[in-house]
Amino acid sequence: MRIDSIKNGIVIDHIPAGKAMQLYNMLGLDALECPVAVLKNVYSYKLGKKDIIKIDSDKEFDMDLISFVCPRATVCIIRDEKVVEKKQISLPQTITDILTCKNPRCITTTEQGIHQIFRLTSPETGEYRCIYCDTQAK
Amino acid sequence: MRSVIDILDLSVEEIDQLIAVADDIIANPAKYREACKYKTLATLFFEPSTRTRLSFEAAMLSLGGNVLGFSDAASSSAKKGESVADTVSVVSGYADIIAMRHPKEGAPLVASMKSLIPIINAGDGGHFHPSQTLTDLLTIRHEKGRFEGLTVGLCGDLKFGRTVHSLIEAMSRYTGVKFVLISPDELKLPDFVRKTFIEDKGLACQQVTSLEAVMPQLDILYMTRVQGERFFNEEDYLRLRDTYILTPEKLKLAKDDMIIMHPLPRVNEIDTRVDDDPRACYFRQAHYGKFIRMALILKLLEVEV
Repeated sequence: MRIDSIKNGIVIDHIPAGKAMQLYNMLGLDALECPVAVLKNVYSYKLGKKDIIKIDSDKEFDMDLISFVCPRATVCIIRDEKVVEKKQISLPQTITDILTCKNPRCITTTEQGIHQIFRLTSPETGEYRCIYCDTQAK
Repeated sequence: MRSVIDILDLSVEEIDQLIAVADDIIANPAKYREACKYKTLATLFFEPSTRTRLSFEAAMLSLGGNVLGFSDAASSSAKKGESVADTVSVVSGYADIIAMRHPKEGAPLVASMKSLIPIINAGDGGHFHPSQTLTDLLTIRHEKGRFEGLTVGLCGDLKFGRTVHSLIEAMSRYTGVKFVLISPDELKLPDFVRKTFIEDKGLACQQVTSLEAVMPQLDILYMTRVQGERFFNEEDYLRLRDTYILTPEKLKLAKDDMIIMHPLPRVNEIDTRVDDDPRACYFRQAHYGKFIRMALILKLLEVEV
């Protein structure tokens, strides 16, 4: 795989510098067999420095997770080495099973088998709250 | 099939309709005597309660229905480790509607996701208590005649006081309401509630520690108990529980037509000498609770009389 070209897959661009490995781990990219490139501290006209992840795979990824970790990232879908779609992602309305509620009084601390769901309560500040107890995500 | 977990699950119009039905029940109780014949209410109380559980049971019995349930977690399978979801899945087959109280915040929401029948949140930890709020709204409508333009003083435990959070949510939908938040620093209203339901709606709000200083401006004084069961630290509870005690002497500062509300139970935050003051309406408030719960049960069971 050449770093600057992938055949079929996605490129996650405009990741804030230093966040690529967090996203890499949360997306579980270490488990993939396909080529994955992580570029750190690349020059960016907009950001000064940025990270980029290139994944040479058709696998579908959790866009909510990508947008939650890197709300200003750009996701490019590559087919036959061409960009067929460019997504400017935004904060998801809800995020499921990414965070856990820290409120000891929340039902999620004792009830088995329920999803940890947080809803976006302030798009300006990126604030999320637990749907069960309204505690702010940390 | 609808559940009521948060007071905002009901629109302002629906609340008006519930109040209208409650008024009709008060005026014509016989008309509703068999409205829920052969229907069953399950009261699942994983936390002790006297008036809320009895109020729900009295409401269903007054509608000609039946009740079953338990009144603390120790007498349920929760003690054996059964989940809320499993309990509700089972009880859904035995009853037509469930009123649930649980110490964990969000438990009734989890129940509503699994239940085949309507769930009424009868209090979840320090979070919400919508049926108490409906009781409070019916009381305010009867005692003050309106919701708009009232100055509402909320006094005591505003941090863990679920009735306070739900009442603020509900009252914030009416124009010209002013909130006066009276609490020690440790028991202040959570920032999220204040910002979302007061500041973002452009409503007036004053946050103080002295009850006497704001007493003259209040139309409603809503007293609350500092709840020992919400504290992880006994010392904090003992230090804070006697911060506000309403006495006849302090009431001399209040308007003649101010009303004193309290979700009850009272411990010592209202001196018993206040009970004879015509402005004290907390026992009338408790009685209104049965009628509004009757109206709520009828609505959720889609029974028309």
